[in-house]
Amino acid sequence: MNSTRRFFAEISQYPSALLGLSLILALVVTSIYTLIAIPYPEAIRLWRGDEGVWYKTPRTAQPIWMNWFLEDDLPETVSFNTADGQGVKTEEYSNDTNKIFISFPFEYNSKSFPQELSIYFTAEYEIKEPFVSVKMITPDGREINIDNFAVSNTQTYRFSQDQKLKRLLRGISPEQGIFLDPASTKENPIALPGTYELQIQGIAFEKGSTVDAEFVVYGQVYGWAGTDHKRRDLTIPLLWGGPIALAFGLLAAFGTTIATMIIAAFGTWYGGWIDETIQRITEVNLVLPFFSILIMIGTFYSKNLWITLLAVVALSIFGGGIKGYRAVFLQTKESPYIEAARAYGASNTRIVMHYLVPRIIPLLIPQLVILIPANVFLEASLTLVGLGDPILPTWGKVIQEGVRNGALLHGQYYWVLEPSVILLITGLSFALVGFSMDRIFNPRLRGV
Amino acid sequence: MAESTLQAPVPVIVKKKASESALVRVAKYMVVRLLTMAFTVVIGLYLTILFANMGGYVDEIRRGDIRENVQQQVMNDRNLKNLTGDQRNVLIKDRIASEERRLGLDRPFAIRSFAFLKDAITLNLGFAEYMNAANGSRQVKIIVLERLPSTLLLFGTINIVLFFATLFAALSLSRQYGSWLDKLIVGLSPMSAAPSWFYGIFLILIFAAILQWLPFGSMVDSPPPENKIDYALSLAKHLILPSLAIALNQVAYSIYASRTFFLIYSSEDYVDMAKAKGLTSRDIERKYVLRPTLPTNITSFAFLLIGVWSGAPIFEGVFNWPGLGQTQLIAAGLFDTPVIVGTTVIFAYLLAITVFLLDFVYALVDPRVKIGSESTAQ
Repeated sequence: MNSTRRFFAEISQYPSALLGLSLILALVVTSIYTLIAIPYPEAIRLWRGDEGVWYKTPRTAQPIWMNWFLEDDLPETVSFNTADGQGVKTEEYSNDTNKIFISFPFEYNSKSFPQELSIYFTAEYEIKEPFVSVKMITPDGREINIDNFAVSNTQTYRFSQDQKLKRLLRGISPEQGIFLDPASTKENPIALPGTYELQIQGIAFEKGSTVDAEFVVYGQVYGWAGTDHKRRDLTIPLLWGGPIALAFGLLAAFGTTIATMIIAAFGTWYGGWIDETIQRITEVNLVLPFFSILIMIGTFYSKNLWITLLAVVALSIFGGGIKGYRAVFLQTKESPYIEAARAYGASNTRIVMHYLVPRIIPLLIPQLVILIPANVFLEASLTLVGLGDPILPTWGKVIQEGVRNGALLHGQYYWVLEPSVILLITGLSFALVGFSMDRIFNPRLRGV
Repeated sequence: MAESTLQAPVPVIVKKKASESALVRVAKYMVVRLLTMAFTVVIGLYLTILFANMGGYVDEIRRGDIRENVQQQVMNDRNLKNLTGDQRNVLIKDRIASEERRLGLDRPFAIRSFAFLKDAITLNLGFAEYMNAANGSRQVKIIVLERLPSTLLLFGTINIVLFFATLFAALSLSRQYGSWLDKLIVGLSPMSAAPSWFYGIFLILIFAAILQWLPFGSMVDSPPPENKIDYALSLAKHLILPSLAIALNQVAYSIYASRTFFLIYSSEDYVDMAKAKGLTSRDIERKYVLRPTLPTNITSFAFLLIGVWSGAPIFEGVFNWPGLGQTQLIAAGLFDTPVIVGTTVIFAYLLAITVFLLDFVYALVDPRVKIGSESTAQ
């Protein structure tokens, strides 16, 4: 207890360590929050992105905070659903026909055009499909007749795919033509900000037959993290990447360091052929192509993150660390207290586990902390070569999909930058703490 | 050791005896060391062969491919249309068997794995299954040797420059302990936590995507310039971002590590003694600080060389650098077993040679390490 307090007293003298510790704390708190707020099955479902999960989000939209840096705000995404009581919906039943009127007034305050406009209709009827006509009223009072058509049970109307409407708008694609400021030039088209109103007039031909509509204006910004090419909100992988990275980093670092240490301790204690074998295995391990093996395992057996973790630990146990620990153990082995333990008849296992191993723990902890970011990045590296876990949303996955889908070429920098910056902060926070701990536990490093 | 015995002037009987035994010792040590290195290489290669074939699983995949191909062929062959089902099955079986015999798949994997091992050890690397060299050759040796120079150029130049630059920077920094520069380096050292490909992505984003000053990747412009000077310039331009990425990852940490090391050594009593004697700081640095740290520095240099041989798969992948690392990555993706084994064979040999030489260089620079003495602990 006392030593813990002393450790904290010492570490508080390193501002970088305090910064690192608070970052780690923030990361842990966010991870716990994520695990509670978005349970695992929910996260997997959202990330898999089944049909009907992400239809309301724009494709590769920048995050909302991009607007803070832009002079002209990019349009945000808005959606209205009459089934949820949004917008205005009136019904008038007479002479076996049901007249439906739906109105969606909305503020549009951007000079850029939306990415896409869609209406998702749901209709209830027995035999005859209801019929709707759609029109848009612009802020300057113009009326644009969009289209008339019959609506089946579920029907999607996408403005951009309507060739008739495109011809009506003189060849300009509808999501631009509807919002186009008539005063702007053809070379420099600008959208007209103001209150627009989408009106849907429907007629249903049966009693109890009705139409509901969901109108979505896909903007160019969405949410705090933006979206990817599959319309998925990036906050999901950014949040869920935290717990996964922490778990992977911690488990791999713990597994590797502790196994390495125990093997080195036994090897040094028993010496002879055991030590010799361990040394040879270490050299053989150096020859093995680490990455190729991981790739083969990933392609032939499983890309499951935990299997990858096991393989990483197995391949790193006999890594360079063993030689370092061995040197320390060789020194410690000769200490008088070990001789004393031997004299009173302590067993070999007892000497190794109770007398040798604890001696190295101060050296071990900083190493372990520094290994965590290395493993977090290793997971990202593996994902970058296409070996990421296919179902888990991780930071590496976002980077990989961004790079592969040309985020850097198309200027969608947020897509790669967000996970990279989070990775960097995570890595740095552990490294800051680890380096400070190293200086505390190894006074020789503090300089002269 | 060897040098001093060679210079032994007069053949005094006692001395001669001693020198002989020293020679014998050195020879013995060399043999033992060579044997252990060979053993390591053989085991490493055999394990690689097992891994690269996934313990024979790759054979199963290949057999499946053959069966499917032969069946397709027989089904689509018009001349064989009027065979009965039985006749056709016999024919298919025959063709599969002959195809498997051609590829050597008729023998069990356990036996073939040893044939592979023999080929690997004798550097008979065979032919790639899917990949080919620039001139269309399928020989693994040509594929590997073609890629090796690009890796050596990239990692060799950068790492050697960085190694000496950090060494001297660290030496001068160890004299300025506590200065703002020193604090900066200590503060920046955690940057090594992120791998170099990671900085690579940032650099590509800034300099290639946003500013468009430098290329996104690859080694030279395409098509490669005809003129030699233009070629060199283009190469230099493509080297900037990868070098920077490696430097960002390594510089601060390497300087920090060596500086700490030098600091520890410059607090030794004999350095104080040298100072008290009034030696110049240049002499103290060279003879009293740098000299004893030489073995450690040589080790890190050797490990650097080993790293240079192997390249870095992801780093080369990010920068689209046509080196050994990228080859390994592509080969692993295509299950091109001969190429994976081939790159590993070359790497294993280079590694063994480096480690072997390291032992001797150690003995030359560090008088405490005695070749062939009882304890060969490193």
